[in-house]
Amino acid sequence: MSEDGTEPAGEQASQPGAAMGLDLGHLEGSGAIPERFTNPGLPPHVHRLADHDELAARRAERQVATLFGISMVATVIFLVAYFAIDQNTYQFIPGIGQANLSNIVLGVSLGLSLLCIGLGAVHWAKTLMPDTEVTEQRHPQRSSPEARDQAVSTIMAGGEASQLARRPLIKYTLGGALGLFALPLVVQLAGSLGPLPKAALSTTFWRKGMRLMRDPELTPIKASDVTIGSVFHVMPEGIDKSDHLLEEKAKAAVLLIGMDPADIKVPKERSWGHDGIVAYSKICTHVGCPVGLYEHRTHHLLCPCHQSTFDVTQDCQVIFGPAHRPLPQLKITVDAEGYLVADSPFREAVGPSFWERG
Amino acid sequence: MSPNSTPKGAAGLRAQDSKPPAPARGPLAKAGGLASWVDERTGTAKPVNYLLKKVFPDHWSFMLGEIAMFSLIILLVSGTFLTFWFVPSAGTVIYNGSYVPLKGIAMSEAFKSTVDISFDVRGGLIMRQIHHWAALMFTVSIMVHMFRVFFTGAFRKPREFNWVIGTILSLLAINEGFTGYSLPDDLLSGTGLRAAEGFMQSVPILGSYLAYFVFGGAFPGEAIIPRLFTVHVLLLPAIIVGLFTAHIVLVAVHKHTQYPGPGKTNDNVVGYPMMPVYMAKAGGFFFIVFGITTLMAALVTINPIWMYGPYDPSPVTAGAQPDWYMGFADGALRLFPGFFEFHAFGFTLSLNVFIPSLVVMPLLYGIASAYPFIESWVTGDKREHHLLDRPRNAATRTGLGVMALSFYFILFFAAGNDLMAIKLGLSINNITQALQVMLLVVPPLAYWVTKRICLSLQRRDHDLVLHGRETGRLVRTAEGSFFEVHEPLAERERWTLVQHESLTPLELTATIDTNGVHKAIGPRKRLRAAVSRFYFTDGVPPVTPAQLAAAHHDGSAHEAIETGQDESEQNWVGQLHGGADERPETDAYASHTDEVEPDPSATR
Repeated sequence: MSEDGTEPAGEQASQPGAAMGLDLGHLEGSGAIPERFTNPGLPPHVHRLADHDELAARRAERQVATLFGISMVATVIFLVAYFAIDQNTYQFIPGIGQANLSNIVLGVSLGLSLLCIGLGAVHWAKTLMPDTEVTEQRHPQRSSPEARDQAVSTIMAGGEASQLARRPLIKYTLGGALGLFALPLVVQLAGSLGPLPKAALSTTFWRKGMRLMRDPELTPIKASDVTIGSVFHVMPEGIDKSDHLLEEKAKAAVLLIGMDPADIKVPKERSWGHDGIVAYSKICTHVGCPVGLYEHRTHHLLCPCHQSTFDVTQDCQVIFGPAHRPLPQLKITVDAEGYLVADSPFREAVGPSFWERG
Repeated sequence: MSPNSTPKGAAGLRAQDSKPPAPARGPLAKAGGLASWVDERTGTAKPVNYLLKKVFPDHWSFMLGEIAMFSLIILLVSGTFLTFWFVPSAGTVIYNGSYVPLKGIAMSEAFKSTVDISFDVRGGLIMRQIHHWAALMFTVSIMVHMFRVFFTGAFRKPREFNWVIGTILSLLAINEGFTGYSLPDDLLSGTGLRAAEGFMQSVPILGSYLAYFVFGGAFPGEAIIPRLFTVHVLLLPAIIVGLFTAHIVLVAVHKHTQYPGPGKTNDNVVGYPMMPVYMAKAGGFFFIVFGITTLMAALVTINPIWMYGPYDPSPVTAGAQPDWYMGFADGALRLFPGFFEFHAFGFTLSLNVFIPSLVVMPLLYGIASAYPFIESWVTGDKREHHLLDRPRNAATRTGLGVMALSFYFILFFAAGNDLMAIKLGLSINNITQALQVMLLVVPPLAYWVTKRICLSLQRRDHDLVLHGRETGRLVRTAEGSFFEVHEPLAERERWTLVQHESLTPLELTATIDTNGVHKAIGPRKRLRAAVSRFYFTDGVPPVTPAQLAAAHHDGSAHEAIETGQDESEQNWVGQLHGGADERPETDAYASHTDEVEPDPSATR
C-alpha cells in the first residue's frame, strides 16, 4: 500500500531500531528484527503416577467410582425428599437461620448429584485418560487463490445469467419492491403498539375540590390532623373508582407535609399551601421513582432510586442529585368540613421530563 | 403386489442390485448398525471424526467462556421449567396462597404466579433460584471472558468478527437479564420499569411516543408484562442462541488460541483431543457449573419477591439496586449532573437522563466492538494471530483495558452510593461528588499506572533472561572479591520470556518520492503515526541471543549491542543490580578484572 509514493522504509528498517514506515506495518521478517531465539519445542512428557503404577490407577478408578456413587445417592435423596418433605416446612439451619427445608434438601441433593458427576468425569480425565499433548497444524483462514477466483467468477456468471445488468426495468422495480416490502410490517408494529400520548402525560387525576386521601387507607385528612413535621402519603379522592388505578396512581401520588410556616422561604409555596401544610407530587422529576424519604430536621426529600434531593423549604428545588426540575406543587385549601382539598389540578406535568412538556 | 407374487429378499428386487459390503470386522462392525444407519443417511462419519480429533489447548482462563456457555444451557433448561407455571399477565387477582403475609392482597397474576412458584409448586423455588443465579453467572462469566480475550489480544485477526459477536452477545445478555427480572412485577423490579419508562421519555422529540408504544399506553398498563415475556422467552433467547452458535462455530473454524510457550507456535495448536479428554473435561465441567449453581440456589436466597410485595407506583423501598450487570447504567444515572437538562422554545431536552440511560451503554459496547479494528489500523498488522499476548507485552492495550475497566467499575460502585453511605456512615453527597471526580480522574491514572507496571514487568523479564535468577549465594573469588551466584534460566523457561515480537512505532518516512517530488502527508497519516508512537514507543524489546551471550561473557557488555533505545530507557539496565556483579558459579575462581559495574554511558 505504498500508493502514497513515500519512500518505503525497508532500507532504514534493515538496521534494528530504525523507523518503521507507516506502510510497512508490524510485519515479521521485514528485516527490522534482530536474530532471535528459536522455539525449543515441547518439554519432555512427564508421566503421571497412574500411568505406570497400576495401584495408583486402581485408586483413581475407585475415586471416580465413589464420586459417581455419591451422585447416585444424592439423586435418590432428591427423589425421596421431593415426596417426603412438606413444601412449607421451616427449620433452623446453622449458618443460614430459619429456612425452607424442602428447598434446601432438594437443592443440596440435586447440586451434589450434578457436582459429583462433574468432579468424577474431570478426575477420570486427569488421572486415567491419556495426557500426552497432541499437536495439530493450523492453516490460514484465507482460501486458495483458485477458490477465491472461482467464487467470484461464479457470482459474476450468476449475475450475468440473471441479466440483471442488461434489464434495468427489472433492476429498478426489484429494488423498489424490496425497499418497500418491509414498510407494512414496520407500520403495523409501530402503529399498533400503543396509543398516542396526547395530553395524558401532562394531566393527572387531580381536580379542583378533590379531597386529599391517606394512601393506602383512602380516608380524608383534616387540616388539624397535620401537625408540624408530619408527612402523609396522599391520593386523590375517588381514585379507587378509576378504571386505570395503577396508571392514575403512577401520576397522582402526592406527599403532604406539615411545615412551620416560618420555615417556608418561597411565598408561592406558602400561598399554595394551607397554614404551612404543603402538597407536592411524589413522582421524581428525574426518571419517575416515588420520592419516598423525608428528612424531618432538614426538610429534605430524597429519592431512593438516584438520590435526587429536594428542599421543601424552597419550593422543592433540587439541591443535589441528577434531577433538574423541582417537584410540582399541588395547590391545596380546606373545605367547609375542615378537610384538605385540591384547589386546582397540577399546573404542570408531573414526573420525568419529556420533549414536549415545555 | 399381485396375489401370485412370491416374497423375495431385498437383494433380489432388481437384477443388478447388490448389498453394500458388510463390515465383517473392523471399527464399524463394533459401532453397530445404528451408526452405519445414520451415516448412510447423513454422511456424518467424516465431520464426526474431524470434531472428535480436534485439539483444544488447556488453560484455566479458557474455561471462562465455557462457564458462560454452560450457564446459558442451565438458563434454557430452568427457564423452560418456569414457563410452565409463570402467568405473564398484569391482570389483578387477590392472593390466597400459602404465603400468609400476602393473603388478601391485590396483585398481578404475574406476581401471584411467581409467589406460587416459590411456595406452592414443589421444587419451584429451587428452579427459580437456579434460574436467577445462573443469569448472574452468565453475565459475570461473559464479562470476565471478555477481559481474558481483550487482555491477551485474542480478538486480533482472524477473530475480529467473533469479538464483535461476543460484544453483541454480552449486550443482549444483560438486556435479557433486565427483561427477566422485570417479569415478576414485584415492587423492586416495577420501580426499575418505572425508571426505564423515564429513560424512554427522555429521548428527544420521540420520547413520549416511544414510552407509550412500548408500554401500550400509560405506565404501567397491562401490556408490558406479556410483551416483556415474549421478548424474554422468545425474541432475545433466539438471537442469543443463534449468535452463540455462530460464536462456537467460529471458534472451531479458527481453532483455539494458545498461550505462548515452548513448542507452541503461531502455526500449531497444542493440547488434548476432544475424544475422550475434552469430552470428559468439558462435559464434567458442565455438571460442575450446574452443581455449584444449584448449591448456591439451595443455600443463598436470591430476589425474595414475596418480601418486596407486588408493584404499586406509590410506595418504594430504600436501597433500590438493580441486578449487578445493570449497575453501571444505574450508576451513570446517579452521577450524571442535572444541569444537562435544557428548556428552550417550549421544549425540554433531558440529556441528564438520555445520555446515561440510553447513550452510555451502546457507546461503551460500540467502542469495545470497534477496538480490534482500531488496533489493527494502528499496527498495520494484517497477519493472523493465534498465539496470545502476555498482557505485559502489550502495555498500552493493557493500560487502555484497565482504563475502561476502572471507568466501568466506578459507574458500578456509584450504583451503590446509598448503600456505601449507610454502611460507612458517610455523607451520600460527598460520596457522589467524590465518585464524579473519580470518574474523570481515575481512568487516565489507571492507564498510566498499568502501563508503568507492564513496562516494569517487561524489564523484569528482560533482566531475568539476561542475568538469571538470584540464588542468594555469595561466593568469594580467588582474588578476594565477592559475587552472587546467578542461576541462568532453562531454555524452555526462557522461551516464554523472549518469544514476543518487538514492536516499534510506525513513523512518517521521507516525504520526497523517488522522482524528487514533494508529497504532502495527510492528517490521517500524521494521526496514525502519532497513535503508533503512543502505542509502541516505550516497549522493551525481547532479549536476543547476542545480548544473552554478551551478558554471560560480561555482566554489562550486552548494553553495548542494545540499540534502538534512547538513553533514559537504557539507564535502568545497569542500575538493576545496584552495582553487584553476577556470574555463573563456575566463574568463581577464574580471574576477572571487571568487578566494578562500568558506567553504562561509558560503555557506549
